[in-house]
Amino acid sequence: MAIKKFAFIVKSLPYKTEASRLALTHAIASQTVEIYLEDGDNVEPVLAFIGDGVLNCLRNQTAMNTYGVTSLEQHIKNSLLLDLKVLICKEDVEKFGISEDALIMDAEDIGGETRANIVAFSEIMKEMDSSHHLLFF
Amino acid sequence: MGKLTIGVFSSLVGSLSLDFTVKLSEAAIKKGHKVDFWVSGNATMLSKKGQRAFKDYSALEKKLQELFATGNFQATTCEACAEARGYRKEDTMEGWKRHSMDWYLASCFSADKVLHIGGD
Repeated sequence: MAIKKFAFIVKSLPYKTEASRLALTHAIASQTVEIYLEDGDNVEPVLAFIGDGVLNCLRNQTAMNTYGVTSLEQHIKNSLLLDLKVLICKEDVEKFGISEDALIMDAEDIGGETRANIVAFSEIMKEMDSSHHLLFF
Repeated sequence: MGKLTIGVFSSLVGSLSLDFTVKLSEAAIKKGHKVDFWVSGNATMLSKKGQRAFKDYSALEKKLQELFATGNFQATTCEACAEARGYRKEDTMEGWKRHSMDWYLASCFSADKVLHIGGD
């Protein structure tokens, strides 16, 4: 019986490539990984946005209206709804001059109770140090 | 020996990341390791059968068949990523499996090392 922590680190811009979407869908897939594992084994996902990746966390995305595809905002909210730990790098948010109220911090509108956290990069490093595997997107 | 899980997200054409990871898989198997190989996003095109081998483009089907024949290499393509790109189960190259993304995470779970190569 083991729990292994996987850190999904998103450093890519939203929509420019598929990378950040794949990060989110792979992180969310941790919710069904048990079907392949022994009883008691599981994956603990941590989702962290750093560098350009923090721009994925901007609120009021309109991808569905503009392109007819689900927005990354919806995927981040789904992550929060599923109680994934979502971290946003404080230094990078400040670098872009983004205020907290411009970021996706919760999923209350779809019934989520878990909130995203804006944390110093050193905290994200601690999460990476304590993870079994790092998956950079 | 160990188990290496390699996840790749880069295009078959336009990047040599897939070529590199197939070569790395071969080297690992020659050393006695087992390799799980996952492709997602644009990398799913690696698993499509019927590719013509031009000298100007990566052509990895022959090498993949050699790796499958070792019995120490299993490769899986992201089913949703493949379907979104318009190729179906019957279009998939012999030897490949198709699963959802949780298969990759489960493979990572039991891997000694994970090499995750992001895409374009």
